Amino acid sequence: MSRESTSVSAAAADAAGSKRPELPSGIVAFVKRDCPTCELVAPVLAAIARQVPLTVYSQDDPDFPPEVSRRDDRDLAVSWQHEVEAVPTLLRVESGREVERALGWHREEWETLTGVEGLGPGLPAMRPGCGSLSVDPAHASGLAVRFGGSKLKARRIEVASLEDELEVGFERGWSDGLPVVPPTEARVLAMLEGTSRAPDETVAIVPPDLAPCTVEKVAINAVMAGCKPEYLPIVLAAVEAACTDAFNIHGLLATTMSAGPVLIVNGPIRRRVGLNSGKNVFGQGHRANATIGRALQLVIRNVGGGRPGEVDRATLGNPGKLSFCFAEDEEGSPWSPLSTDLGFEEGIDTVTLFPGEGPRTIVDQTSREPESLARSFAASLRTMYTPKMVLAFDAIVAVSPEHARVFREAGWSKADLVARLHDLTRVRGSEVVRGAGGIAEGLPEAVRDRDLPKFRPGGLLVVHVGGGAGLFSAIIPGWANGEMGSQPVCRPIGDGSSRGDLLSGGLSSDGETFAAQEGVRS
Amino acid sequence: MTILLDPTSERVPAERPRAERLERLEGRTVGLLDIAKMRGDVFLDRLENRLEARGARVLRFKKPTFTKPAPVDLRSEIARQCDAVVEALAD
Repeated sequence: MSRESTSVSAAAADAAGSKRPELPSGIVAFVKRDCPTCELVAPVLAAIARQVPLTVYSQDDPDFPPEVSRRDDRDLAVSWQHEVEAVPTLLRVESGREVERALGWHREEWETLTGVEGLGPGLPAMRPGCGSLSVDPAHASGLAVRFGGSKLKARRIEVASLEDELEVGFERGWSDGLPVVPPTEARVLAMLEGTSRAPDETVAIVPPDLAPCTVEKVAINAVMAGCKPEYLPIVLAAVEAACTDAFNIHGLLATTMSAGPVLIVNGPIRRRVGLNSGKNVFGQGHRANATIGRALQLVIRNVGGGRPGEVDRATLGNPGKLSFCFAEDEEGSPWSPLSTDLGFEEGIDTVTLFPGEGPRTIVDQTSREPESLARSFAASLRTMYTPKMVLAFDAIVAVSPEHARVFREAGWSKADLVARLHDLTRVRGSEVVRGAGGIAEGLPEAVRDRDLPKFRPGGLLVVHVGGGAGLFSAIIPGWANGEMGSQPVCRPIGDGSSRGDLLSGGLSSDGETFAAQEGVRS
Repeated sequence: MTILLDPTSERVPAERPRAERLERLEGRTVGLLDIAKMRGDVFLDRLENRLEARGARVLRFKKPTFTKPAPVDLRSEIARQCDAVVEALAD
């Protein structure tokens, strides 16, 4: 191990903790008796102490090592606050500042660091140390709360000893109907390890109460949802995307329609966190899918104050409002990922928010030609909400592997499929005007002789998902589109602070304006 | 005892008194805010007639879309010009 790799600069050490206890000047060592390397170097420490000032912090036995000036660090406070990860750790301290650090026993390093020659003549030249007790899982979470809890600003809520902490989430109105994981300080601190963003950084202003939401508040709700720390960057990006004016979570929450936020994840992070894109992709059974969408909804509920029956006025709602999050199967897809249609390069981690309701299956087990299969898709798409409604809503077409194979083998690009679906979903005005087919619902009589598109340009999004067996695809119907409602919003999943490169789906056409041009809305 | 962290915005619901009621309509300005739902104007037209018959001056306002909160400018304009406001929801 080179000296450079084991030394920590004074500036970095200062940045690591400004309020930690000051160390005595001279040489400082951290040891534990339960470490063979520490036992091995005990005579070396005694030899150093005879020539230069040495202070030894002992993690497990205040009488170890002999013949040196010892300090009892059995509560691990000094070890934790000075980020000691291994024992023995040797520091050189000048005027209370750490200027050099060495881990394990390494004669040459120790001689340079202490300025004492001829250390441990009978010992091997080097020997690695052991893990510091301060990073032992048995102690680490308690130490994190003891020394890191102060960075958490949220109001503390004491749960009485006779209360069931799992019932607290229900009683206080934090729950979406399922039990929530109690957000203890230790769990929230562990969650915050998933991001390098500061806990007090504001992530978004959350409707409907327009409440500022910090990284810490997102982490608390992510704990309650059951997320792992590595999901947190996705949740943070989803909260940012949801609270844009383009996505308009306020309107999506308040609508009487059934839709809620649908999260689609692209990029390598899908695999790292175990998001399902395959069998049962819209179903149960995967922690990341079940908890990431839930965390977003809990932020809207708890930070934004958006609760069903209050600002959430949904007549029917849909079960996806608990959590509707999935990844695209990019590896098996004949096409580039959804995120590339929305302005990002392939390989960038993104989350796309789409205002959608539950998926409905398209069954076609016979078509082996792309034109035939596209016609099947179009026939189903035309009925979305009611066959008489056009241009008001976008849709996601979720193409499964067996259906995608038909398009792949025929050489159809995604653009070919989308263009064909736009053509095939056009409807005759005479079929959709009010009264046609004996149905009062419909468009104004003025469009009777028109030929109308069902979807606005860009209003059909395509993803590749699902298990390898089954000639089924699905439609995820959208909600009011464009400026008057919601735009799909794709956002990069990063670890830095808020980014300015927000894209809103690349949908240049406003559905409302387009509809007015087409004469179906005044 | 377990300590939990509050997941909410921690806004203590401040008790807000209702705005003072108008004692009479005559000579006062009443804003009518159409939230842009269909046929809200039908209701507000009728309301305008009734208010004017009782001597009120009526100003009409409209939100750009019913799905989003009223823009700040619109809210401050109503507050500046009106003694009272009626917000109408229709469908």
